Amino acid sequence: MTSNLLTVAYIAASILFILSLAGLSNQESARMGNVYGILGMVVAFVATAASSVVTGYTTLLGAILPAVVIGAFLASRVAMTSMPELVAILHSFVGLAAVLVGVANYLGDSSLVGVEETIHKLEIYIGVFIGAVTFTGSIVAFGKLRAIISSKPLMLPGRHLLNIGLLLGSIYLAFSYMQSEGTGGLKPLLIMAVLAGILGVHLVAAIGGADMPVVISMLNSYSGWAAAAAGFMLSNDLLIVTGALVGSSGAILSIIMCKAMNRSFISVILGGFGQGTSSSQSSAQQPQGEVNPIDAQATAELLYSAKNVIITPGYGMAVAQAQHPVSEITKLLRDNGVKVRFGIHPVAGRLPGHMNVLLAEAKVPYDIVLEMDEINEDFGETDVVLVIGANDTVNPSALEDPGSPIAGMPVLEVWHAGQVVVMKRGMSSGYAGVDNPLFYKENTRMLFGDAKKNVDAILVSLRENSPALAR
Amino acid sequence: MTIATQSEAITRVGEQAKTVKRIGIPKELYPNEARVAATPETAEKLHKLGFEVLVESGAGIAANFSDESYQKINAQILPNAESLWNSADIILKVRAPLEDELEKMPEGKTLISFIWPAQNPELLNALGAKKATVIAMDSVPRISRAQKLDALSSMANIAGYRAVIEAAENFGRFFTGQITAAGKVPPAKVLIIGAGVAGLAALGTAKNLGAIVRAFDTRPVVKEQVESLGGEFLELVFAEDGTGEGGYAKTMSKEFIEAEMALFAAQAKEVDIIITTALIPGKPAPKLITEAMVSSMKAGSVIVDLASEQGGNCELTKPGEIYKYNDVTIVGLTDLPSRMASQSSQLYGTNLWHLLKDMGGAENYRVDLEDEVIRGATVLHEGEIIWPAPKVSNPSPTPVKPAAVVHGAPEKTPKKANPWLVPLLVIGPLLLVGLYAPASFLSHFTVFVLACFVGWQVIWNVKPALHTPLMSVTNAISGIIIIGGMLQISGPLNSPITILGAIAILIGTINISGGFLVTQRMLKMFQRD
Repeated sequence: MTSNLLTVAYIAASILFILSLAGLSNQESARMGNVYGILGMVVAFVATAASSVVTGYTTLLGAILPAVVIGAFLASRVAMTSMPELVAILHSFVGLAAVLVGVANYLGDSSLVGVEETIHKLEIYIGVFIGAVTFTGSIVAFGKLRAIISSKPLMLPGRHLLNIGLLLGSIYLAFSYMQSEGTGGLKPLLIMAVLAGILGVHLVAAIGGADMPVVISMLNSYSGWAAAAAGFMLSNDLLIVTGALVGSSGAILSIIMCKAMNRSFISVILGGFGQGTSSSQSSAQQPQGEVNPIDAQATAELLYSAKNVIITPGYGMAVAQAQHPVSEITKLLRDNGVKVRFGIHPVAGRLPGHMNVLLAEAKVPYDIVLEMDEINEDFGETDVVLVIGANDTVNPSALEDPGSPIAGMPVLEVWHAGQVVVMKRGMSSGYAGVDNPLFYKENTRMLFGDAKKNVDAILVSLRENSPALAR
Repeated sequence: MTIATQSEAITRVGEQAKTVKRIGIPKELYPNEARVAATPETAEKLHKLGFEVLVESGAGIAANFSDESYQKINAQILPNAESLWNSADIILKVRAPLEDELEKMPEGKTLISFIWPAQNPELLNALGAKKATVIAMDSVPRISRAQKLDALSSMANIAGYRAVIEAAENFGRFFTGQITAAGKVPPAKVLIIGAGVAGLAALGTAKNLGAIVRAFDTRPVVKEQVESLGGEFLELVFAEDGTGEGGYAKTMSKEFIEAEMALFAAQAKEVDIIITTALIPGKPAPKLITEAMVSSMKAGSVIVDLASEQGGNCELTKPGEIYKYNDVTIVGLTDLPSRMASQSSQLYGTNLWHLLKDMGGAENYRVDLEDEVIRGATVLHEGEIIWPAPKVSNPSPTPVKPAAVVHGAPEKTPKKANPWLVPLLVIGPLLLVGLYAPASFLSHFTVFVLACFVGWQVIWNVKPALHTPLMSVTNAISGIIIIGGMLQISGPLNSPITILGAIAILIGTINISGGFLVTQRMLKMFQRD
């Protein structure tokens, strides 16, 4: 294949990738979007393989075939609740591949001279740096999501200094790397990769479990930039385009997540949120009133006597694996003429859009699953709100108490509803370490215990009492 | 009684805890009183607290609870009131004891019922003579902790509901507006005066029947509650707040009352039904509906006066009677809760159960005068009149609500960045690139910048619901890095370059196949209804 044909094929692949991302703008076109993505990948792969540069077909097949099988196996086996882990580990692969490609590229002979050579070497250096940070950062994120590593933020003394030190170290190494001839700079390059790896570990270790949506989006973004950097070093426009697309996608997701928590990107990245240091400020406004418990049966009665119900799930629902009975409750209530909808906070779950996927998996129709902005006005006309395993995302002090650590964070205003039933394991505060005045409101009832068990009990009770089924 | 002995008595009795076991439920003797102080359900709950429950034969008949239904939950049925009063330690009643009952009452018993101590000083003296401990359910302080044992609210709720039912019975038309083949029916207009518990219950009930409901109250704070139930809150343009102690209303100024009366006079001509619930604690009910207003009402209109026991809000109310004045029916019934005896017994019984539970159940039963709620409700302790309870510092009946929702108030004022900073940050590096970078780099750089912009524009359109598939698909696409590996595997097999390239292809491909397949799997799950 001539290089002109190759370029045309790359243009086609770039367009297909853009169409793929554009397809995700709604559920109907999303599946087609994925197909565009696959097509683009195939075009890019075949064109590259057919180009004159590639001759090692045995090696290529030897590497590709097992990888396709492994990937397919992973994809078919992963539980939807474990999606965040899968995404994290896949990010680490991109990071590692970027490091490997960078190092291999450095070792390969280069005919460049002068400024072009300097730029090329810099591109490799930067590509390896981003790749290494992505690689180890994603591994730690994976470990945290898997609960192999504690999801609490790691608070080393002088952690900001440590980060700056690692960064300065990497810059210092760049000088000896740039000055060396031939492949003599390999040593500083590899040392820098190790430093960047430590930086990745430390950055993510300092971020707590509920900030994971931001971290994952951020790593998503990094993996894109790593691919773009690889594109620069290989002078390959397709890699640059794809990397830029993925990089900006991750950046946008990070911005959305940060807005949803009313926190700046920097403060999330610096980590260490929710350590109780800030909760003392709000002690002046201790929630007043009394906690009113309720049992599953009474909750069921409330639900089927309501006309309008909104369910607001949080990460607790995913942990308890309660989405399937929740879906059945929804179906039963809807069959009985109750209007049931879901309200999803942008940072519910451990991955952007995670709750939507879980509910979709449990066969909840996606048109009754609404975003916070779409549903927040409707709580006033709602009879019953069921809060399942969510806490900070329904905390009224975000709006009412300017001293609260989560002040200004947009929340689901569930307390405007007639009755709120909060399902929770105990009275402990949420991730942000803030007491939740919602639990003390007059129209709030607390349903304590394991979410799965309680939801099952509600379901049983509904089945017994459901007028539609008795008919 | 001097203050000294009073406080002495309090400390003395506060320390001792008695074990009391038996609860007695007598039949109510007051004429037409159908309620009973415990239903089988609440009796069972009392039983579970460790009390032995004694029920006078026939006590629950009027409220549709048979003796057998009490026996089923292990309550003991006693044949007559005398044996009951003698064997029980705590007597639960609805109405304050009548003279007959007082005579039967042995010394040293505990009585829990409605007492109305302010209106019945002789009763207090008589009970004192019997060395009784008396807890008045009507004197429970209105604090949020005591809401679950606030029997007045329970009864007011029922009275409000029943007031609408009585109004409907005496009103010759539909409440709801209808358009039928036979013609159009306008909805009934209901005016509710006093939006307390009873007023709000009436409002909700009338609204549910389809009427247009307006409500008036001297306390502006209830406006929100009225509107939340779908009522229209009538306001006077007048800066006076009628919120008195304990969340009840207080007497208003003369000017206010004049304005208020003018409003009522105007409304009376327009509405079909007036339900009045205005009470000021310890005072006769304010006269709000005059004879002239009644005369101005449309024929067939109904007035339900929930304040009739305290003299009535309407000048023409005859307590306990339903009668027609000209063409307007005036309902002055005083026994509305009793007319729904099953329901009111159930709620009242549950209030009593909460009270006894708070007092420690059977095991740790004690009249703890240190407890604000118990102290407030106890009017006699072992024969000593300790009513009224000293004022408590927190008179607000509603839990202190966090001050009005301040939308957006916590928003930090965004730091005003130097408007020149961003352009400088962009233009500076661009200039450097333009000055020093070679042409080959610049062409790639162009592609890169444009791709970032395209990505930025496209991704904002992605639905939040699809963010997870977005991540997995971008994951797959970023596996394009295998192309970098592919360009490097064509050397000798054992060279490090080939090996590194091959590994890069391997893991990159896992990404591609895994990412696309899992996205496909996820997207299939999204089903429309």
